[in-house]
Amino acid sequence: MKVTITVNGKETSAEVEDRTLLVHYLRDVLNLTATNIGCDTTTCGACTVLLDGESVKSCTVLAAQADGREVTTVEGLAGEDGTMHPVQKAFHEQHGLQCGFCTPGMVMATVSLLKENPRPTEEQVRAGLEGNLCRCTGYHNIVKAVLAAAEETA
Amino acid sequence: MSVLGTRVVRIEDPRLLTTGATYVDDLRIPQLAGAAFVTYVRSPLAHARITGIDVSAAAEAPGVVAVFTANDLDDVPPPPADNPLAEPLLAKDVVRYVGEPVAMVITETRAQGEDAVELVAVDYEPLDAVVDVEEAAKDEVLLFPEAGTNIVAPNGPEEFDDAPFAECEVVIERTFRNQRVAPVPMEVRSAAAAWDGERVTVWSSNQNAQTTRMIIAGGLGVEPDKVRVITPDVGGGFGAKIGVDRDTVLVAWAARRLGRAVRWTETRSESLIAMQHGRAQVHKVKLGGNRDGKILAYRMDFMQDAGAYPRVGPLLANFTTLMVPAVYEIPTVQIRSKVVLTNTTPVGAYRGAGRPEATATIERLVDIFADEIGMDPAEVRRRNLIPADKFPYTTATGLVYDSGEYVKALDRVLEAAGYEELRAEQERRRAAGDTKLLGIGLSSYVEVTALDFPNGETGRVVIHRDGTATVYTGSHTQGQGHATSWAMIVQDQLGIPMDKVTVIHGDTDAIPVGTGTYASRSLQVGGIAVHECAVKIKEQARELAARELEADPADLVLDTDSGAWHVQGVPGTKLDWARLAELAGEDGLTADVHFKPSRPTFPFGAHLAVVEVDTETGLVRLVRHISLDDAGPLINPILAEGQRHGGIAQGVAQALYEEMAYDAEGNPVTASLADYSMISAAELPSFELLTMETPTDVNPLGVKGIGEAGTIGATPAVQNAVVDALSHLGVRHIEMPATPERVWKAINEARGSEKRAAQ
Amino acid sequence: MIPATFTYRRAESVDEAIELAGQYGDDAKFLAGGHSLLPLMKLRLAQPEVLVDIGRLRDLSYIRDEGDHVAIGALTRHHDLATSELLAEQLPLLRYAAGTIGDPQVRHRGTIGGSLAHSDPAADLPAAVLVLEATLVARGPSGTREIPATEFFVDRFESALEPGELLTEIRVPKPASRGWSFQKFTKRAIDWAIVGVAVQGDKVGLVNMHEKPVRATAVEEALASGASIQEAAERAADGLSPNSDVHASAEYRAQLARVLVRRGLEEAASRA
Repeated sequence: MKVTITVNGKETSAEVEDRTLLVHYLRDVLNLTATNIGCDTTTCGACTVLLDGESVKSCTVLAAQADGREVTTVEGLAGEDGTMHPVQKAFHEQHGLQCGFCTPGMVMATVSLLKENPRPTEEQVRAGLEGNLCRCTGYHNIVKAVLAAAEETA
Repeated sequence: MSVLGTRVVRIEDPRLLTTGATYVDDLRIPQLAGAAFVTYVRSPLAHARITGIDVSAAAEAPGVVAVFTANDLDDVPPPPADNPLAEPLLAKDVVRYVGEPVAMVITETRAQGEDAVELVAVDYEPLDAVVDVEEAAKDEVLLFPEAGTNIVAPNGPEEFDDAPFAECEVVIERTFRNQRVAPVPMEVRSAAAAWDGERVTVWSSNQNAQTTRMIIAGGLGVEPDKVRVITPDVGGGFGAKIGVDRDTVLVAWAARRLGRAVRWTETRSESLIAMQHGRAQVHKVKLGGNRDGKILAYRMDFMQDAGAYPRVGPLLANFTTLMVPAVYEIPTVQIRSKVVLTNTTPVGAYRGAGRPEATATIERLVDIFADEIGMDPAEVRRRNLIPADKFPYTTATGLVYDSGEYVKALDRVLEAAGYEELRAEQERRRAAGDTKLLGIGLSSYVEVTALDFPNGETGRVVIHRDGTATVYTGSHTQGQGHATSWAMIVQDQLGIPMDKVTVIHGDTDAIPVGTGTYASRSLQVGGIAVHECAVKIKEQARELAARELEADPADLVLDTDSGAWHVQGVPGTKLDWARLAELAGEDGLTADVHFKPSRPTFPFGAHLAVVEVDTETGLVRLVRHISLDDAGPLINPILAEGQRHGGIAQGVAQALYEEMAYDAEGNPVTASLADYSMISAAELPSFELLTMETPTDVNPLGVKGIGEAGTIGATPAVQNAVVDALSHLGVRHIEMPATPERVWKAINEARGSEKRAAQ
Repeated sequence: MIPATFTYRRAESVDEAIELAGQYGDDAKFLAGGHSLLPLMKLRLAQPEVLVDIGRLRDLSYIRDEGDHVAIGALTRHHDLATSELLAEQLPLLRYAAGTIGDPQVRHRGTIGGSLAHSDPAADLPAAVLVLEATLVARGPSGTREIPATEFFVDRFESALEPGELLTEIRVPKPASRGWSFQKFTKRAIDWAIVGVAVQGDKVGLVNMHEKPVRATAVEEALASGASIQEAAERAADGLSPNSDVHASAEYRAQLARVLVRRGLEEAASRA
């Protein structure tokens, strides 16, 4: 089937198998490879993107379900001139990433979290990121990054 | 002002955060255009004979380019005849663990691979499987009948001498399990290969490109110079990606057989059962001491479960053995070990690789001993820790600990935690009959880093004629931040600003000789190699500048703030690095160093964990975790902290959550991330880190390794805390992971025996 | 990781959805949020030939105060339930339970209809709608019918829905007794409940204690005959057969049920 999805502000369109997952559409059709696949049980959240502004796990959304919708990936966050989004900046400043694999999903989950709760407590941050796994950081600096980003944007 | 020791955010980050890193599966390069996809057929049985493989249905499926089995591998070196335990590329005749690769399906698209794999019909004749390591050591079910035994690399005395224990007032004997876990790097294994004539380029997610190249060359039966390994970004390794497995060698082979580029990325469920596992030891221990708290004798008789093939099992057992005495002065230490094969996924290095096991057990024993003699566990430790004035200290296993302040580390942690107040709170809750009890657990630890120090590490620094620098390092980051650290070292020595320093790693054409990143070795070996290169370049530059400025080399001064040379007393005439590189000639200024330290180093520390145990359900929550991990001077405190955080999280996870479990038939039962309890931010608190920097004399910067220390210290602190919470009920030990059910059972048993005692 | 091949059809209306389902019969499954179905399909544990996407039927997403009851459209997402002010006021149990499902990303997609139709004894919402004595409204080729929650969950992964029938609405009477509690016991925050308990007034529902979502009838009977909370809670596992699996043994689940029922009843009492 043909799907038309606005990704990072640009309309994209392709003929895909009905069973194509959104994450594969992004990675293999559009070559937007920042969004990663870390599991096959909808657990790890590495594939998190925004669908109409809300975080979703793109491995558990069919491209067909996103047809006609808007998707934002981490590649679409920074400004035109390359200025980092406050969440990206906070992750950088707080050393909230090491290998970087969970990071795009973590960043997008954070963007969505702060949109819904602009002033989260540490506990709410930790609960809000329960769907995003990281093996490198122990989450300590990720939490600091989210709180720092909240501080800057709230 | 040196940049070393300052908090510098990483130069790697902007790319990782905006466009994303490039992991192997992300590669969209011309050499891989039109690459076919590999999907493996894996054994569903733990032990079976393969009686037939019918690939005909699969071969007909849409998009299938080829289906290969072991019979097709006629152009690779056969397994060595003198090694009955050799691991084949594709299983031939026998499968020995669930997940073992049996066949490979090559398709035009990923999806077709998943479709076709289901059509490969393998006939198996099930054999008895042995899963428990103690059972396997009985040699009743043999994995390799020709070898006649499942036991590999037995070490230590036939008989132990009991005399040292006879003199002890208190003798404790226990069996502990250090459970099997899965490394779970967020990026699973992935590889791609493309041949160009006689030469193959293999892109692979690994921790040491140069060794990977040797493995692939050996596996294919070609000269190493016919193989180029390129490692793009790696999404975590933790020991599981040291070298490459048969799956990756087969990718290179398939590309050669097909004359076409080929790529492979496993699924997470595959990875959980087919990527190597970690830990998996059983310890039979005996501790003897006196009521004054002095430990006099310690016996460690352990088995390392190697899984179905030996791989690095013997090395792991060796690492454990070396660290058995840990941080203590113990007059008599007895050690025996065996490595045993079982019908499970092969076990390899996983953050700590043998050392967490040694520490976990002795730290548990020290607490049990403390309980037995009614002494505070911190006090027992103080009475046995190697005192600060005894360094360098030669251990019973022949290691020489370089430097350490074990008592100070413990005391600082106790103070920062507010130990007295915690004990008071614990007591208050017990007295009030609170159902949520507090547990306080300690660990003191020492760890060995750069244990493979003879391999050294390579470094090469080039200063270009535009004044920028390129560093080629044999170190091989998987997220540790070497690009930032090595640039800091260059800036510190030469005054070239970090943003003008590019760090290259992971390409065997650019860096043919190198060792890689594991064993917490990178800074103290790879970083020092870069440091030494910079020192050499400085001296080259001094000579050039002296000639150019017609001065005595001894009078030349490098101002590292501005990155320019001048003659002492004549600051107005400067030579910058661009000019000097020009003066050096077409290739700029270059230095190559293969740094080989003379010894390993020994970071150390102490952890204190505070847990809350819900005695009605057994649920354990980590409430606070205080750690002191001393790895010498900090080059970049931010990076050191990050390593400690990650290490602590993994250590906590082993104590409370993770276990790679098998049923009696050898089927893995925690075979997806939904079932394998890898934890999220919701399961952890923020950590409290203390800093102490006790240098080593092994290298010019005085640095040790920090990567694995957090894991080693954290696990026993948490396990001890759980037991401590319930010790007043008579609970003396709880195995890991301390799941709610395990804890609840321990509480019940203790209460049950209390009741029986009262009756 | 990748589902087996299927044909995707999108329904633009409830009628079309029912028609499409009728057309394909057993070969078809409805796709709402997809967070019960797609994970199964990715592991190839489910391989429907046709998916009828009903996710765009926005007019089935609503939470309305209808006087004596609250009407919830079947396609209302967990996120919307968890953030609803109306539910905070009228059905805090449902709101809270929805907020514990999965994680934020899952809650942005999963729907109450999809969750209930899946009839998973380990899911959170079935227990909640059971104690709230909800009525489930289904529409199919033969028209509309109302199914009491107590008759809706037939077996593990089997609801009372006939082939081709679609859940359209969940009607929840405003509870007479305001006390409520939801006790969800997990190892990790993201896990399915090892055991869970939903309480509304003197009604108690259980998560993961039987082969289908159930009420703790023994507990309710004990309470009705004047037993104390402590005594009634002891009956939590009576007549039930919880699973033994990698997460917990049946014996431990039974113990958890007793503790959580007691805590749930105590908390509900404190809120009454």
